[in-house]
Amino acid sequence: MSATLEKGLNAFKEVIDAPIASYFSSCVHCGLCAEACLFHNETGDPKYTPIHKLEPLRRVWKQEYTLLGKLGKMLGLTKPVTDAELTEWEPLVYDSCSMCGRCSMVCPVGNDITYMIRKMREGMAASGHAPEDLVGATTRAVTIGSPMGIKWPAVMAQIKHVQAETHIEVPVDKEGADYLVLMSSMEIINFPEYLSALSRIFKQAGVSWTLAQDAFEATNSGIQIGASDLAREIVGRIVVAAERLKVKCVISPECGHAFTAIRWEGPNLMGKPFGFEVKHILEVLDELHTAGRIKTRGKDKRPLTYHDPCQISRRGGVVEQPRRLLGAIAEDFREMPDAGVMNWCCGGGGGVSANSRAEPLRLEAFKVKKRQIETTDVHTLVTACANCRIVMEEGLEHYHMKVDVIGLTELLVDYLVEGE
Amino acid sequence: MSHLDLLTFARGSALNWALIVFAAGIVLRLFEILGLGRKADLARPRTDSPGSGWRTIFSRTLPPPGMLKREPVTYFGGYVFHFGLFIAIFFFAPHIEFFRGMTGLHWSSLPSALVDASVVAAIVALGALLAHRLNNKVKRMLSGLGDYIAWTATMLPLLTGYMAYHHLFVEYTLMLTLHLFSVELLLVLLPFTKLFHTFSLFISRWYNGDFFGRKGVAS
Repeated sequence: MSATLEKGLNAFKEVIDAPIASYFSSCVHCGLCAEACLFHNETGDPKYTPIHKLEPLRRVWKQEYTLLGKLGKMLGLTKPVTDAELTEWEPLVYDSCSMCGRCSMVCPVGNDITYMIRKMREGMAASGHAPEDLVGATTRAVTIGSPMGIKWPAVMAQIKHVQAETHIEVPVDKEGADYLVLMSSMEIINFPEYLSALSRIFKQAGVSWTLAQDAFEATNSGIQIGASDLAREIVGRIVVAAERLKVKCVISPECGHAFTAIRWEGPNLMGKPFGFEVKHILEVLDELHTAGRIKTRGKDKRPLTYHDPCQISRRGGVVEQPRRLLGAIAEDFREMPDAGVMNWCCGGGGGVSANSRAEPLRLEAFKVKKRQIETTDVHTLVTACANCRIVMEEGLEHYHMKVDVIGLTELLVDYLVEGE
Repeated sequence: MSHLDLLTFARGSALNWALIVFAAGIVLRLFEILGLGRKADLARPRTDSPGSGWRTIFSRTLPPPGMLKREPVTYFGGYVFHFGLFIAIFFFAPHIEFFRGMTGLHWSSLPSALVDASVVAAIVALGALLAHRLNNKVKRMLSGLGDYIAWTATMLPLLTGYMAYHHLFVEYTLMLTLHLFSVELLLVLLPFTKLFHTFSLFISRWYNGDFFGRKGVAS
């Protein structure tokens, strides 16, 4: 057995806990999870059945943590997990799973398959079976500070641009601010309007906020690739900055997995509860709007729909907030079929969009989103995740669909009452 | 050995041993699962929702929106089979007598004709589920020897029970003996096959509900 395989198998053993043991014990091989998976749904290939993606982890559980499995292993009756098998499974675990969590909602015995995929990736990464692109992104996140290689000067350039455009100062490293604002690489590079919108909204609401030079990046490749030690290092930067600046709340940007990383995994990675709150930007905007601290005037007349990013709605519980906000600014808001916690993934979550090898499959899986959008008959799609946004823009272009994709924060600012 | 001797053995030592293996197996398997424990979740829950795990134990019995249409055979077959089996085990008068003899507990039975119909429905549903397993690409791929053993071990008590009740094919005492042996086989296999979901699904559903509940999502 190679040293890396041994490391991977040890990681498998380490991540198996009571929930995972109960999930594998309960599976009756009904295959219903396949019906919930966009990759199976759009290709019809049974290998994309979610529970099947966990087969190596299941065998390690059986051989190591059940009496019968141990006996079978002793007698040489069980099939050991090999490097070749993990190589075969790598595309199933990374390319064809966006960790969207839809399967976890439909499993009749309650298996949280997404939880297991997240855990399984720890062993895959440790055994050297993670996609090259994700390895690169994680390395950049750890060494440079951002998976896309963005450094603080790039953020500064955007800050200057925003300040020139809005005539509002963007606070940096302001101790005692209420909120620490994080961004995703995608927003820094592709969607600078996010920071501009925030500046205007926060000025109007009288919110005390700041950016941190050493913790501007919210995304966390560590949780996508399945390397908790690296994920901890990346989250740790935010925690250190939030504690140093004594903020009351950290705002996760319009990015799905970043929210999971800091809000739900963060305290567990750090091994301590946070002394500050973590909120998604939509939660903050909804609170400000409900409290009357931001007001809107007029409504968008375009028919539009909202795409629920999986990590924000299904895996994050932010479902009503975008609908309340859209209710205030959209005249003709139309729900997609399966909207809310059962929404279909854009296909690019969980590191899939960062994995160039997965692109053809991702575009194939996008067909379900295409149908959802077509049902609503709109040409404007609103969302709250920069990754979903870029993935959907690519998908829409691929299928020659004329649909604009916009972030909810920037849409809100178009109707913001300012200076009153 | 006469049929009566065989029946005595089936009702005596064989049943006792099967029950011992069943009980010990259940305890062992529960220990294997719960003994692994889980780390406390240090992320602040969105809302205090202490009942979400318990609610999911019940709510997962119902299909999520749209799923019934996608997989009608699995859902309807599953409901009919489980319900029919439940009625046969717990509401057939001779079975209640058996439980009374063992535990002292008893309850009202359902009319034999109704139980009989439930058994027929369960047998038909189980047959349909097997056919679906063999024809559906996903199910066929997921299925191994264990799935077919579990199917057989579940079907045999239903079939033998039905045949004993209707005095079909084989002399009654022998058929009743075969019915008891088939139940004993089921008891012995249950903790060590996927049939253990009878117990573990309460744990897995609870964990799922707790996980989603902490995030403010009803699962």
